[in-house]
Amino acid sequence: MTVINSNTDPEQLTLDVVAEFDASPEQVWGVWEDPRKLERWWGPPGWPAKFTRHEFEVGGQSRYYMTGPEGDKHHGWWRIDVIEGQRHLEFANGLAGDDGEPVPGLAPAGGILELEADGSRTRMLVRSRFVDVEQMERMLGMGMQEGMGMALGQIDELLREAVAA
Amino acid sequence: MLIYNQMVVGLLSDDAFSDEAGADRVFHALADSTRRDILARAIEREQSVSALARHYEISLTAIQKHVTVLERAALVTKNRSGREQLVVANPETLRRANTLLAAFEQLWIDRANRIAEILNEEGETR
Repeated sequence: MTVINSNTDPEQLTLDVVAEFDASPEQVWGVWEDPRKLERWWGPPGWPAKFTRHEFEVGGQSRYYMTGPEGDKHHGWWRIDVIEGQRHLEFANGLAGDDGEPVPGLAPAGGILELEADGSRTRMLVRSRFVDVEQMERMLGMGMQEGMGMALGQIDELLREAVAA
Repeated sequence: MLIYNQMVVGLLSDDAFSDEAGADRVFHALADSTRRDILARAIEREQSVSALARHYEISLTAIQKHVTVLERAALVTKNRSGREQLVVANPETLRRANTLLAAFEQLWIDRANRIAEILNEEGETR
């Protein structure tokens, strides 16, 4: 079990996921720093990611896109705000338009990465902080997994039925 | 489609009380037609567990269990009113937020698993 703990706070709109890897913090840092490694895990299955720019330094910008099953391209961006050693990273992650550049007026989500050595293993905390529900829906629409879509659709249908009753 | 199938398998496993992720709790809660019906009634108006139970030909205990599953998925909350427990659907924003967070949670669990695969491959080639 890679993920050992996760916690969602619907009032603060934050998500914490803690995972443990049989690797050093430097190696785990590498899968974030190296764009060729990053794009192997960032996109969900069937939604391969391609990072066309990845400036892994404070103030650095990244541009990427994910290609959906229909060949549709979905663009996104990162901005790196904090890097401390190879242990702590803070970045903004937002949606980009068809030109690959950030959509003006669309606030990014916040991401925090923390790595901690635990013997020969490494503990990774990823915290995501969202601005509002609309932002979350937009971001999920990009690379949305079919199963999730089904569940959300189910709830919306229930609400409609209840209102109509 | 693979992800979808994995989720369906997850829905069918009846371990709502183990330490599963929020996404699983929401999917599990919605996988049962009685629970979807209870949720729809609670959304319509808050009502006691015993009032809900009158609509079904199953025991009050069984209804209570269904309500607990919905509660664990944060789709409803239980409020005490005198001797009665009122089942209240969570305010919509909270519910939507919870469902969306559960979706992101699943996304990050999958990402962590893919990271583990990459690190394992690197470990083998060292």
